Amino acid sequence: MSSKEQGLHLVLEVWRQKGPEDAGRFESYVLDSVSPDNSFLEMLDQLNEKLVKEGQEPVAFDHDCREGICGACGCVVNGQAHGHEKGTTLCQLHMRSFPNGAKLVLEPFRATAFPVLRDLVVDRSAFDRIIQAGGFVSVSTGSAPDANLVPVAKDNAEKAMDAAACIGCGACVASCKNSSAMLFTSAKVSHLALLPQGQVERERRVAAMVAQMDAEGFGACTNTQECEAACPKEISIENIARMNREFFKAKLKRL
Amino acid sequence: MAESKKTGGATTAAPSGNAASQAPKGTLDGRCPKGPIADRWTQHKFELKLVNPANKRKYEVLVVGTGLAGAAAAASLAELGYNVTVLTMHDSPRRAHSIAAQGGINASKNYKNDGDSTFRLFYDTVKGGDYRARESNVHRLAEVSGNIIDQCVAQGVPFAREYGGYLDNRSFGGAQVSRTFYARGQTGQQLLLGAYSALSRNVGAGTIKMLTRRDVLDIVVVDGKARGVIARNLVNGKLERYGAHAVLLCTGGYGNVFFLSTNAKACNVTAAWRAHRRGAFFANPCFTQIHPTCIPVHGDIQSKLTLMSESLRNDGRVWVPKKAGETRPGADVPEDERDYFLERRYPSFGNLVPRDVASRAAKQVCDEGRGVGSTRLAVYLDFRDAIQRLGKNAIAERYGNLFQMYEKITGEDPYRVPMRIYPAVHYTMGGLWVDYNLMSNLPGLFVLGEANFSDHGANRLGASALMQGLADGYFVIPYTLGGFLATEPLGSKVSTDHAAFAQAEAETKERLQKMLSARGKRTVDSFHRELGILMWDHCGMARNDAGLRRAAGRIAELREEFWKNVNVPGSGTELNQSLEKAGRVADFLEFAQTMVHDALYRTESCGGHFREESQTPEGEAQRDDQNFSHVAAWEFTGIGEKPALHREELSFEYCKPSQRSYK
Ligand SMILES: Cc1cc2nc3c(=O)[nH]c(=O)nc-3n(C[C@H](O)[C@H](O)[C@H](O)COP(=O)(O)OP(=O)(O)OC[C@H]3O[C@@H](n4cnc5c(N)ncnc54)[C@H](O)[C@@H]3O)c2cc1C
Ligand code: FES
Repeated sequence: MSSKEQGLHLVLEVWRQKGPEDAGRFESYVLDSVSPDNSFLEMLDQLNEKLVKEGQEPVAFDHDCREGICGACGCVVNGQAHGHEKGTTLCQLHMRSFPNGAKLVLEPFRATAFPVLRDLVVDRSAFDRIIQAGGFVSVSTGSAPDANLVPVAKDNAEKAMDAAACIGCGACVASCKNSSAMLFTSAKVSHLALLPQGQVERERRVAAMVAQMDAEGFGACTNTQECEAACPKEISIENIARMNREFFKAKLKRL
Repeated sequence: MAESKKTGGATTAAPSGNAASQAPKGTLDGRCPKGPIADRWTQHKFELKLVNPANKRKYEVLVVGTGLAGAAAAASLAELGYNVTVLTMHDSPRRAHSIAAQGGINASKNYKNDGDSTFRLFYDTVKGGDYRARESNVHRLAEVSGNIIDQCVAQGVPFAREYGGYLDNRSFGGAQVSRTFYARGQTGQQLLLGAYSALSRNVGAGTIKMLTRRDVLDIVVVDGKARGVIARNLVNGKLERYGAHAVLLCTGGYGNVFFLSTNAKACNVTAAWRAHRRGAFFANPCFTQIHPTCIPVHGDIQSKLTLMSESLRNDGRVWVPKKAGETRPGADVPEDERDYFLERRYPSFGNLVPRDVASRAAKQVCDEGRGVGSTRLAVYLDFRDAIQRLGKNAIAERYGNLFQMYEKITGEDPYRVPMRIYPAVHYTMGGLWVDYNLMSNLPGLFVLGEANFSDHGANRLGASALMQGLADGYFVIPYTLGGFLATEPLGSKVSTDHAAFAQAEAETKERLQKMLSARGKRTVDSFHRELGILMWDHCGMARNDAGLRRAAGRIAELREEFWKNVNVPGSGTELNQSLEKAGRVADFLEFAQTMVHDALYRTESCGGHFREESQTPEGEAQRDDQNFSHVAAWEFTGIGEKPALHREELSFEYCKPSQRSYK
């Protein structure tokens, strides 16, 4: 059978959990005629249409933009956050990259700080609280000077942009054996530390964000670099090194 | 009130009747200031009443939505001292659809020294909108555009820079100056993260109460004023009441009425439609923008369409085979058998004609059977000549990430074979009617961003939606909201025990229960897809009287079937994504009829609204200024009932309407 014409045959093992209190379990589903042109989420849509027609409840999963930018989607596919393709969110992963007959095991992004709400949906609000602790420049509307008053070296602007490209999906946490949020937090710390606008609050920011990160129950970084490998935006772990430097500088100043 | 009107059940009432010649029930006043256009906003700000700083926290404000408009408004109002509560259906404010904007944001900074000015941006926007926008609003937008860039830079938005460290600009359609600021292909993301950081700062400081995973399902009106909302907690299904002195809807556009669009999946009309059902007028709903360069539809399971930035038309050449039914791969079709139809029809603008013109031309060649690819609903966007002329590296530098995205989705390498593109629904210019203060006709209900109808007329220029959302949020509402609240008695409390809250909650509950108990045979998506195809075929790129009438009839039938035959599994007391979708589709099914009605009513062609009956001998859009130089704002009169028309006359003192020509 040519999978191009007939579509793929897939065996899915999907984590099903009714709510935060439910223990949860894997359930198996067989799906046929999956077009190789479909995205991974469209494959899940197809599964859900089938489940609903059979009188079962569909698999809950978060998603929205379906073009790799909102950071809403994501689950672990065969042990890898967002699946096997490098630099790709789950919504951008296409079924043509799977062989016919593939067996796919789907689990939510697991971490103590990311409680499962249902099936593949987790609560990532801890990320928001890290930003609320200090991931900003304190400038109220109306008080900004002319935009070209402060030049920013192109190189720094580019580096800041590399870090700012983080979509807050949580793959870094899910792929880390310690459930560390260092890549996420350091991306924001770096983005602002690299720009002149971020200098005034530089030390306070890193101290507050790291404290919040710890309070949320994220683990420590032991440098296994899984986060960088899983990151759909290929955020570099250089940011973690930079955050560590920033953090120690801040600590020294405060002591 | 009829039962169906309360619960959203079906009625079979005749839909649009003789929309084409509908007499207005009333006229609307946009309450624009008078005087020279350049002084109006300044004068107006001065005349607006102020709320004493110490009293601001006594006023409660609800902001629905955390896109550019909502996040900017919430942060700015909290900084002023108002008591702000924000609701969003997303799991985090940073997920709002604004995040997906690619190309850039306009501002008349004139950093390029190429002749830009407030007046030029104003003029380009009014003309680009095909003379269907309010001059006063657009001028204000142009005036504050520069402040937006200042604010964003101060927040740390990493805009593109030149080697000297100063801000870079790029060109966009519909303008002859370079005024578009950008952050790679992720401008919306960076602007939203800037607004989100301002919002987050206030949440951290306790000056904003932020509630996520809350779906606003109704607007509560007490004694003629908007006083709150009913929201469903999406995690546990509980209905919650929120009261306030003012409600700001920043809930985005309704492009997903077409099912397939470039919008994020959850974009919806629900909050706006529910406000409409409670009395807010819906203005120009038929003004939708179809973007010419999107990746074509590939199959039945497809869930959304992906935009390929309009910047590609700078170097790509658009063509189809001359012969209908051509089967050779694009690269094998010899030069003399290719029709570069945009260059042929519009020699002076060529591949860079505005969005609406390019989209319609692509549709025409596909209608002639000359479309390409397996579905024949695509045209080529070919970089062969540009690669030959400039080299592969130069093209990769300019468009590398877009080429990569294209390859990811289609599995084809655009360096070797021409891209296939087709127009797709992208943006909605229509929305809730608002006056110059961004207040709807319902006192206390303000509407910001894509959800309102205000600034883009019948066609939006590229890079102007981000500008408008942030203008509304950072620089307009902080002034105009105060003007309204200052007239509200100090110390007045909004109680959610009021009968209006109980009633709205009961009606919402009943509607949800009705969807859950239908237990029919069709999934929510199957209804949405069918509605989408109907709208695309009859109320999409080209519209005509007969087709619109057919659509109106079929929408009514589909809506009736929905309530009887939809299958929504699960219960209302848990996280239930099928139920969330069902509610949105139910509202789209009601809204679609108003949209079709508006399209039937407006027998002229203008901007994105092309009525086949109204074209020039060359097949271009023909406006009818005599009869349609007005905003059509519709009042809800019942589901499937003919809405009542309220007209706001438009006058053009500074930009004289002319026929757009790109030949
Ligand atoms: C692919 C793409 C690219 C684009 N590129 C550009 C560009 O380069 N330049 C440009 O100027 N414009 C661009 N646009 C248009 C622009 O992005 C949007 O018009 C703009 O971002 C809309 O912002 P908004 O704040 O009005 O709404 P949105 O960003 O859509 O936010 C809506 C908010 O409302 C919330 N919401 C909606 N309904 C409910 C409800 N019932 N209950 C609770 N919350 C609700 C959502 O959660 C969200 O927070 C692009 C659009 C698309 C689709
Ligand atoms: S759905 Fe937005 S990143 Fe995947």
